[in-house]
Amino acid sequence: MSRLREFFSRINGPQTFGSGPRFWIPLGVLLLIAYVFPLFSDDYTIGNVAYFFTWLFMAAGLCLMWGYGGTLSFGQTAFFGIGGYTYGIVTLNFGADNGVTIYALVASVLLGAIVATLLGYFLFYGRINGVFLGIVTLAVSILLERFMAQTAGPQWRIGEARLNGFNGMNGMPALTIPWPGGDISLPAGAGFYYVILSILLIVYFGIRILVNSRFGNILVAIRENPQRAEMLGYDVRRFQLGAFVIGSALASLSGVFYTCWGQYITPSSMSLTSAALPIVWVAIGGRGDITASLLGALLTLAVFQTLTVNGAQYALIMMGVLLLVNVLTAPEGLILQLFRFRFKLSPRSQ
Amino acid sequence: MSLLQTIDLNKSFGGLHVTNHVNLAIAAGEIHCLIGPNGAGKSTLFRLLLGEYLPSSGKILYDGEDITRLKPFQRVARGLSVKFQVPGIFKGLSVRQNLEIALQARFKHRALQAESDRLLHFLHLESNAVDRAGNLSHGQQQWLEIGMAMSLQPRLLLLDEPTAGMSPEETEATGEMVISLNRSGITILAVEHDMDFVRQVAQRVTVLHFGKIFAQGTVDEIIANDEVAEIYLGEPTYAA
Repeated sequence: MSRLREFFSRINGPQTFGSGPRFWIPLGVLLLIAYVFPLFSDDYTIGNVAYFFTWLFMAAGLCLMWGYGGTLSFGQTAFFGIGGYTYGIVTLNFGADNGVTIYALVASVLLGAIVATLLGYFLFYGRINGVFLGIVTLAVSILLERFMAQTAGPQWRIGEARLNGFNGMNGMPALTIPWPGGDISLPAGAGFYYVILSILLIVYFGIRILVNSRFGNILVAIRENPQRAEMLGYDVRRFQLGAFVIGSALASLSGVFYTCWGQYITPSSMSLTSAALPIVWVAIGGRGDITASLLGALLTLAVFQTLTVNGAQYALIMMGVLLLVNVLTAPEGLILQLFRFRFKLSPRSQ
Repeated sequence: MSLLQTIDLNKSFGGLHVTNHVNLAIAAGEIHCLIGPNGAGKSTLFRLLLGEYLPSSGKILYDGEDITRLKPFQRVARGLSVKFQVPGIFKGLSVRQNLEIALQARFKHRALQAESDRLLHFLHLESNAVDRAGNLSHGQQQWLEIGMAMSLQPRLLLLDEPTAGMSPEETEATGEMVISLNRSGITILAVEHDMDFVRQVAQRVTVLHFGKIFAQGTVDEIIANDEVAEIYLGEPTYAA
């Protein structure tokens, strides 16, 4: 009981909305529905919802960096691509047996974090902030997209893995869990859905703990007033870099799960359009809160897919309109606005 | 013994010498005010001391250690703290959160809460603890920032125009707060325009003019100095 109390004291804090039964009971019901939903649904729908979940890790990372830290990276898709391609290269060379897909997942996320550390070091220790940081990160994503798009020839291969240029890599194995009675392969079905939902929950609670910790408080202080944060003795660059690395590692995790889900990855996942979408999801939900960001991203992804299916080329235009409406009517985010209404919270600057 | 000392400190922007061979010594335990007309180079000197600007030449010594090339957060770690002219607070957060972020490097859990309670009382902000800091009056925001600077338990507190925009009552209360901090052992260097405040708190005054030290002395000596009155007001009558 005391451990449960300690857990709740860590996940509830000034940097996250919702701390009482009025928040946790509805969220618990929502999670219960999410866990029993595959029992009453078809494979296509389960796979489709799992597809939505694959993107939420990137949204969570962006919320941490942008919403809590005030650092807007426009190029999280670069790390998404690094994650997806690394998973593809490792698994196409070493297969799926003996836990290779798990190692590939870990290696992909680690590589994303290492690249983010190098890039972030030059950005933050070079005091590049604000819109310039957005431009540089976007340039990195587009640079990677352009590079991967021209890798069409047979000479562009790493071991057995052909990069395939604009068509992208395909044929990667699904996530496979080693098991004594035989490995469990998790294609885009209920098994994959449960794994990704559970990891998403871990990430959600992890970020809640992180942002309500000393690290999170300092991150928010840097967002509010970096000069004052530094004059309180905090090395602002180190905290910004930390958030950037965590956020980018989560984007890489999204890339891995996306590749596991569809068993393909293409350069267009790092394009300008792809780079803009995570910002739209997080902005619509409410970047200043992890719950609002994730619910907003989930909702926006569903709306975007519905628009794409029914409106084809108008989907992106409608997303732009939705973003404009959001900025004009609820600049903090639509879900966050609903939270305030539900929990009667006073406005907070983001 | 000087707690802070500048040796032949220079700062140029292109051909403009904003800080010109400044040799300033702040004794441990004193309240030292830095005054001067607009454009005298006070703010530049302040930023040099903070580490926001690197000097073109010269040295800054803190407690005997050369801190000229140290980053601002490294200077803070050595016991230097600052209150900016425009309140440097976290406006979107509550008053208590502002103090707790400043205090969390030294306190945890219940001790953190107790220390923030103590500071809220000292700053007369108990009834505003849960208010958004940006909603405080200008004077209260200044006090909150002083509280945040104090929470680091600094040895040297730099105040940049601490009474800017304050009413006479708030200015006097701020002066009392500064004297009380000094009595607790904190050395204070204040850049200030308001001569009433300087008269209330200063033990020694340095006048800066065109980036150079123009005069130094006690408050009475400076007020009686006709040349200082002249550079301030254009006529030697300020003392009257």
